[in-house]
Amino acid sequence: MHELSIVSSIVDTVTESLAAYPGARVQEVRLRIGALASVVVDSLEFCWGIAIEGTALEGSRLVVTTVPVVMHCAACDADVELDGVQSFRCPRCGEPSSDLRQGRELEIDSIEIDDEIATETAGVKA
Amino acid sequence: MTRIVELRQGILKKNDELARGLRERYGAAGVLVLNLVSSPGTGKTAFLERTLRELRAGGARAAALVGDLETDNDARRLAASGAPVRQINTHGICHLDAEMIDRHLIGWEGVELGGLDYLFIENVGNLVCPSSYDLGEKIRVALLSVTEGEDKPLKYPTLFNSADAAVITKIDIAEPCGFDRATALGNIQEIRPGIRIFETSAKTGAGMAEWLEYLSEARGQKEL
Repeated sequence: MHELSIVSSIVDTVTESLAAYPGARVQEVRLRIGALASVVVDSLEFCWGIAIEGTALEGSRLVVTTVPVVMHCAACDADVELDGVQSFRCPRCGEPSSDLRQGRELEIDSIEIDDEIATETAGVKA
Repeated sequence: MTRIVELRQGILKKNDELARGLRERYGAAGVLVLNLVSSPGTGKTAFLERTLRELRAGGARAAALVGDLETDNDARRLAASGAPVRQINTHGICHLDAEMIDRHLIGWEGVELGGLDYLFIENVGNLVCPSSYDLGEKIRVALLSVTEGEDKPLKYPTLFNSADAAVITKIDIAEPCGFDRATALGNIQEIRPGIRIFETSAKTGAGMAEWLEYLSEARGQKEL
């Protein structure tokens, strides 16, 4: 249950990135979470509402894209996608591999912001 | 107006950056750092106690940082080996992170990284959360005891898949526990193909010689 720590890190990173957009409100935060990242999406969503309260992210949606595990199969000389995380064998030829190319991601992909307020404020100042 | 801002940033970027710095420091100091991860009760402390004692008997300089939610019981147990040991209390946090390691390396009386051959980090007993946090270690060790289910690697694939070595503990009581060795070894290999597995007993010393040889070889590798 380290989802609250993870959510707090997301809020910090997004807040820092908002420095370039003063007054902007965040509408959506898009994450890429690997199938092997050991993060429970339901728990992230549960923590989200609590963590964003009173921040510039308040009221924003969390959108999570799950990234499947991709490993390199030396026998096939190809990157192959796995259906699950119960066996690290090539689905084509059955060779085991520890050479993972994807599936551990824990990333903030992008955010959708509304900076109408910021633009208006800038207009008034001008 | 609504706009999309691309961030493409690791959520644990701060931890990862700190861990990278630690890894560089360990490398420059020539100390081999291992991160020991398992469920509570697997026997990490007993295994580490024996490891420290045998390393020291062989003339190696070894130390340990030990993580627990509360108490310094483990640090006191490990200190009996004669090795320098420092307790990290996380006060409720379910894993160690790079910042905690960094903070506990500072002001560790009598211990300099450059004066060590081995530094062991005993993580908080937990098979889920520690897998996301890089501590800058060279070797991540997943431990599993014969009293746990043989299917544990299948239940916790993230940790076992990210491990560099696996240690089976309490092998001396494998038989009365009805431990299915072939299934356990097979499951570990299914999740982390090619991993080195050590079958050990901290009580009888079984498997320790092979483990110590592995440590010595790992330390000797140039890319340390």
